[in-house]
Amino acid sequence: MVDYFSLDYFLKHILSFAIWVPVLSGIFLLFTADENKPDNTRWLALIGGLISFLVTIPLYTHFNFMDGGFQFQEGFSWIPAFNINYHLGVDGIAIPLILLTSFTTVIVIIAAWEVIEKRVAQYMACFLIMSGLMIGVFSALDAILYYVFWEAMLIPMFLVIGIWGGPNRVYATIKFFLYTLLGSLLMLVAFIYLHLQTGSFEVMDFHRVTLPLNVQILIFLAFFTAFAVKIPMWPVHTWLPDAHVEAPTGGSVVLAAIALKLGGYSFLRFAMPIAPDAAHHLSGYMIALSLIAIVYIALVALVQKDMKKLIAYSSISHMGFVTLGFFIFNNLGLEGAIVQMVSHGFISAAMFLCVGVLYDRVHSRQIESYGGVANTMPTFAAFAVLFAMANSGLPGTSGFVGEFMVILGAIEANFWYAFLASFTLIFGAAYTLWMVKRVFYGEIANSHVAVLKDINKRELLILSTLAIMVLALGVYPQPLTDMTNATVTQLLSQLAQSKLPASFTSGL
Amino acid sequence: MENIRFDLITALPEIFILCMAMVILIADLFLKKNNRIAIYGLAQTTLLGAAYITFTTHAPSVTYAFSGTFVDDAMSDVLKLMIYLGTSLILLYSRQYLQLRDMFRGEFYALVLFSVVGMMIMVSGQNMLTLYVGLELLSLSLYALVALDRDNAKATEAAMKYFVLGALASGMLLYGMSMVYGMTGSLNITDINMSLMSEPKIHTVLVLGLVFIVAGLAFKLGAVPFQMWVPDVYEGSPTAVTLLISSVPKLAAFAFIIRMLVQALPTLVGDWQQMLMIMAVLSIVIGNITAIAQTNLKRMLAYSTISHVGFILYGLMSASMNGFVYAMFYVVSYVLMTLAGFGIILLLSRKGFEADKLDDLKGLNQRSPWHAFLMLIVMFSMAGVPPTLGFYAKFSVLQAALEAGYLWLVVFAVLMAVIGAFYYLRIIKLMYFDEPTDHSPITAPLDMRIVLGVNAIALLVIGMMPQGLMELCIYAITRSLS
Repeated sequence: MVDYFSLDYFLKHILSFAIWVPVLSGIFLLFTADENKPDNTRWLALIGGLISFLVTIPLYTHFNFMDGGFQFQEGFSWIPAFNINYHLGVDGIAIPLILLTSFTTVIVIIAAWEVIEKRVAQYMACFLIMSGLMIGVFSALDAILYYVFWEAMLIPMFLVIGIWGGPNRVYATIKFFLYTLLGSLLMLVAFIYLHLQTGSFEVMDFHRVTLPLNVQILIFLAFFTAFAVKIPMWPVHTWLPDAHVEAPTGGSVVLAAIALKLGGYSFLRFAMPIAPDAAHHLSGYMIALSLIAIVYIALVALVQKDMKKLIAYSSISHMGFVTLGFFIFNNLGLEGAIVQMVSHGFISAAMFLCVGVLYDRVHSRQIESYGGVANTMPTFAAFAVLFAMANSGLPGTSGFVGEFMVILGAIEANFWYAFLASFTLIFGAAYTLWMVKRVFYGEIANSHVAVLKDINKRELLILSTLAIMVLALGVYPQPLTDMTNATVTQLLSQLAQSKLPASFTSGL
Repeated sequence: MENIRFDLITALPEIFILCMAMVILIADLFLKKNNRIAIYGLAQTTLLGAAYITFTTHAPSVTYAFSGTFVDDAMSDVLKLMIYLGTSLILLYSRQYLQLRDMFRGEFYALVLFSVVGMMIMVSGQNMLTLYVGLELLSLSLYALVALDRDNAKATEAAMKYFVLGALASGMLLYGMSMVYGMTGSLNITDINMSLMSEPKIHTVLVLGLVFIVAGLAFKLGAVPFQMWVPDVYEGSPTAVTLLISSVPKLAAFAFIIRMLVQALPTLVGDWQQMLMIMAVLSIVIGNITAIAQTNLKRMLAYSTISHVGFILYGLMSASMNGFVYAMFYVVSYVLMTLAGFGIILLLSRKGFEADKLDDLKGLNQRSPWHAFLMLIVMFSMAGVPPTLGFYAKFSVLQAALEAGYLWLVVFAVLMAVIGAFYYLRIIKLMYFDEPTDHSPITAPLDMRIVLGVNAIALLVIGMMPQGLMELCIYAITRSLS
């Protein structure tokens, strides 16, 4: 007799709850919403988002910090004809990202409160459903299950950008969809190939299978196209600035805070452990692409006139740190990359929300439309400056921790990697602070700025929550690193082991 | 005497529908215009009755009848049930459309039932001539259906084109069959296979025959380079008839190919594999790229059909048991998607308004979020995005092709699928991102709305749980081909 209301039952199926509670509450919202009473819809969405967030908390409190393997596993045979299982499980890398996802969803719902006026239910439902699907991506241990979540997540994002986006939204959203689809279909081919080798779609079986180097390289490249587009790495990053600029604030937040991390996470879950020899073999190229993203894209950010575009480029540059951290193959680099992912989740979300605050009032994203905002919105300016500092990696904020760890790791690997990467501290500060100066300081530039009202309680709530997270992670990152530690150690030893067939290694 | 009774029982569903079609023709003479709904009811009852007969007489074993020219196996029964289901949906979706356009007549229903019999014979034929007769019965009924709206010049032109090209294809098919007959001395599928296995034949003649057979089949399927008729006929026909042409006959064509290539000519597998491969690749390329340029929804779906045919051929060219199972799965999924897709067009159409332009879908989300959502599912399913049925259809045929070693063809198909996604996305863009230009309410009857909703939601639900449908296809193919 199964007690469906016991804590035990809940913990056994916690990942399913984490995925399906937001999805079902999104669907519920679609069916019950009354277009004439948007406030009811908003409260319902907030309740759904909060419950979804609460459901994910035990992942942290009941986590076994000593175990680097997969925990909270559950599963059953889903499509026996293809040997596909509904198999979920998380390790220390996935859990922080899952918590980030459910947290960000709540923020997005609150941030949209008065801003979204048309089709409120559809907007909220899109984000709730997307949140569940992204948690699915982070927790799937079956390749096809993972793929289904990965692709399905595109649908709500496509609609969010397309329906609630800016003037050029159709171009941006179709570009976003097709770019991502192209990469992920090649990944699907790689999955089918691996399935034919192993007879199953289990990620753990994929991790174990031995493959010759040329096959590994092809598989790695197939994964690379999927994940590099998502992260995005230079030179397949061009969809991101378009998508960010056109997306509504909530869409930008989710894109920057979580969607990009799907790519980073997937490198660690699929590309690197499945094809470790290819990862080592191609690491030079990967590092080169990361450094180009860090340095070159930072320079591109410097010349942007559009605030959202500037933050989008800054995101690409920061994600360059993540991929750099992955491919230098040491403990500091990898952990730094994970901290950087989480921290960037908070900071980029906050930055986009700040732009959203201004945009809601003035309806312009151009830097030149502003000037002297600090005079009329002092509280807001304080927050914005804090987040800008965090974005440029000031010590004491979360932005510093990840970048510093990655740079330390890079010195271990090669001094020049670290040398080039540390340029970001200069460029990052340059573009962020220059933008802050032009937008917030100086004389009041025009009549729009002169009549600005400072942030209201709702905005204060979300910005201060994010500020607390940014500072907490910056001062005391230990809870996060403790969580990832065991997993990272295990992953590194896994990556150090060659997966070439026996005859191959003996011949070399 | 016993033998004949046995034969008749094996073909009972066909006989039943044929008789009922006659009854409908006669009943139509005596019914007044406003009582014609009875004909519709009669046609639906016929399909239901046939389904009952097929279901109750079903046995997993293979039964031959009429001196081995007719077969009743698992595949034929499953496909026949699908045909009844599909046709029943077609009749339901098209009822109001026909009523508003003065085409709600007995002929329509009689011709549809005749075409159903044709399809059933194609599914159950075990002799080249039987198969051919089934195909002709189907084709002739369809030619007449396309031209049903006599005063419509476009429809008449489409019918003409369809007829001329269709007749050409039939001729080629017959010519190919005659060559195989010349080499093997038999028209019977099983005997042909036996004869080819037992002693060597002149390969050149056989391959020449095969070329004609494959070309004829490709015409009927609408595979490139024999696809010319597809867009024109889809666009010209009344939407109700387009719905019929584009959907269930593909099930019959699938069975036809299985009988002709897999059961009769498995010894020539190397040859027909190559032919199918070329057609598959071309169909995917031409179908997907040309679809982008279309402004007419029916034409766009015609090109989308061509690309789907390419994917079906990917499964068939793998020439493995899995390949055939997955191809069948793809065909069934395709039929479900097409029915829902054209169903939406029929739903939006009203008197004097066809709703077949892309722009007619503009702002559908604001007019009716529910129907926009249904179309969204159909489009994502056609594009092959999970968690819809279309994803598993594509996934499975690609898996079969990869298993057969066609790695680069699979990569190519995948790239083409991205191009394909573009024009499906454009539909969604029109429905969700644009403002409506037309605010008239949707006036479809309630039964149609409900069934259409179930049809489209099924794409999502089966997409999440495809095991049942897959098992059905495995059952049908393995019981019939082993």
